[in-house]
Amino acid sequence: MIIRILILFAAIATFQQANANESVVAALSQNRVSITANFDGSEILVYGAIKRDEPLPEASALHVIISVVGPLAPVLVRRKLYKFGIWVNADSARIGQAPTFHAVATTGDLEKILSESEDLLHEVSVDQIIEAVGKPANSEDSEIFREALIRLRTEEGLYSGFPVPVEFAEETLFSTRFALPANLVEGDYSVRIFLTRDGAVIDDHEQTIFVRKVGLERWIYNLAHDEPLAYGLLSLLIAVAAGWCASTVFRFVMKA
Amino acid sequence: MHGLEIYGLAVAPLYVISEQPKFSDWRMQIYLPIAEVSVNAFLLLGLGGLVGLLSGMFGVGGGFLMTPLLLFIGIPPPVAVATEANQIMASSFSGVLAHLRRKTVDFQMGGVLLIGGLAGAAAGVLIFKELRELGQVDLLVRLSYVVLLGFIGTLMFIESLRAVNRSRKHIIPPKRRHIGWIHGLPFKIRFRASTLYISAIPPIIIGVAVGLLSAIMGIGGGFILVPAMIYLLGMPTKVVIGTSLFQIIFVTGFTTVMHATTNYSVDMALAVTLLTGGVVGAQIGARLAIRMKAEILRVLLSVIVLAVCAKLATDLLLEPAEPFSIAYGLL
Repeated sequence: MIIRILILFAAIATFQQANANESVVAALSQNRVSITANFDGSEILVYGAIKRDEPLPEASALHVIISVVGPLAPVLVRRKLYKFGIWVNADSARIGQAPTFHAVATTGDLEKILSESEDLLHEVSVDQIIEAVGKPANSEDSEIFREALIRLRTEEGLYSGFPVPVEFAEETLFSTRFALPANLVEGDYSVRIFLTRDGAVIDDHEQTIFVRKVGLERWIYNLAHDEPLAYGLLSLLIAVAAGWCASTVFRFVMKA
Repeated sequence: MHGLEIYGLAVAPLYVISEQPKFSDWRMQIYLPIAEVSVNAFLLLGLGGLVGLLSGMFGVGGGFLMTPLLLFIGIPPPVAVATEANQIMASSFSGVLAHLRRKTVDFQMGGVLLIGGLAGAAAGVLIFKELRELGQVDLLVRLSYVVLLGFIGTLMFIESLRAVNRSRKHIIPPKRRHIGWIHGLPFKIRFRASTLYISAIPPIIIGVAVGLLSAIMGIGGGFILVPAMIYLLGMPTKVVIGTSLFQIIFVTGFTTVMHATTNYSVDMALAVTLLTGGVVGAQIGARLAIRMKAEILRVLLSVIVLAVCAKLATDLLLEPAEPFSIAYGLL
């Protein structure tokens, strides 16, 4: 709490020495998310201020766009078709690179406050990211696989779908919250903040959130992939021990 | 004084945010490190308990119910199958100890079954891996379940209805009989504990079949082994359960390690959670079963088996609401 106020003071203090242009100062409530055994999602607060020493330009409205993008990874999307009387996976498309998480927060309608060319340049909306880095190479109906990927990940809570609102006070202070779901993928998540006027980006700022499995989760995952034989044997040993313990404890409880 | 106004504005929303309670703890989500999904721990314990209860009541392993239930709650099929093998190995372990104490394990027969079982399990895991890469493992698992549960469920239902009728009319069930052609096969071995002198070929074939099913479906296969041992091999009933458990722990143990090394799909945390619920459920189930009529229990079990089969079958037959899916754990 105190730290946050201090950061804001610092942000306000820099008003005096700012350049003529508007620029953004921002911070995150946390830059590290730990996936533990009882991980149930997390929440990131992004807040900051606009730095300027000239009075507010009256001509156009200032907008803030904040995006959180998870690590990019190739994806295989499959489609079920009706064959031999049942529904089976019959068709697939490989999407070269797609973000494993994507969320956008804005102060207005994204299409109105960010022009298409700027969206393409800065890779803000999820369509543009997939378009830019991982368009399916082959078939002509690759479009439906891309749409399906976005739809599936939106249902899983990994893509925000439509933008969440940004609290924007006096065209100077802004804050927003992103909910990170429980099924997060490990990696470096980039948080980018864009200031726009008339659809053009006038300043941007980037920070990183590190999402990591920690403790037991980390250890189990690593062992399973690095030493699969030892992991398999250990699973058996632990399961036998757990089963034996549970039955012994239960018998003891029933007798007592 | 512009700054002070901003300061006042800023503190209010931040204060509200920081004072809000974090995600509530009572939901008790557990993050499964290999399945990479977050599931309610009580749901898993409850599923384990429910299947344990049924397995305690009916004297079956319960893998053939647990694997479909794990699919229904959204565990990826490779993880569901591999983890079930792990769980069955552990839950059969204490059972086999009891039979070892009572000396009701035929090690010779168990060993011969095991030769076939390990071969079958190894082949099963390799088939599983190939089909997983082709994107057809989901179909393989579901189709195998529909066929097997449909077949077993129907047989059990008919048989148990007959048993109910028999018990009403007080007719004694027919005694076990040996099947003639099995005695004509070569490689005869004397199984002392089972008082049998038969060819090793039928037990090896049964072993291979059960091993395959174990690797593909995540089951122990007791509900196939036991009738096969009684009706096909003609083994005495008292050694059947112990011997089948003996073969099951080795085959499922081997399957677990094979899946862990080829598909990286054994989830330790999932296995232990299910097991804890399962052990408690099994003990309660065994106590409940004493108070219930065996014939009624068998009708009940066959109805449950057919219900699970029907649910799996409708998923294959009806047009899915979402025909697209993202491949799990590949690339």
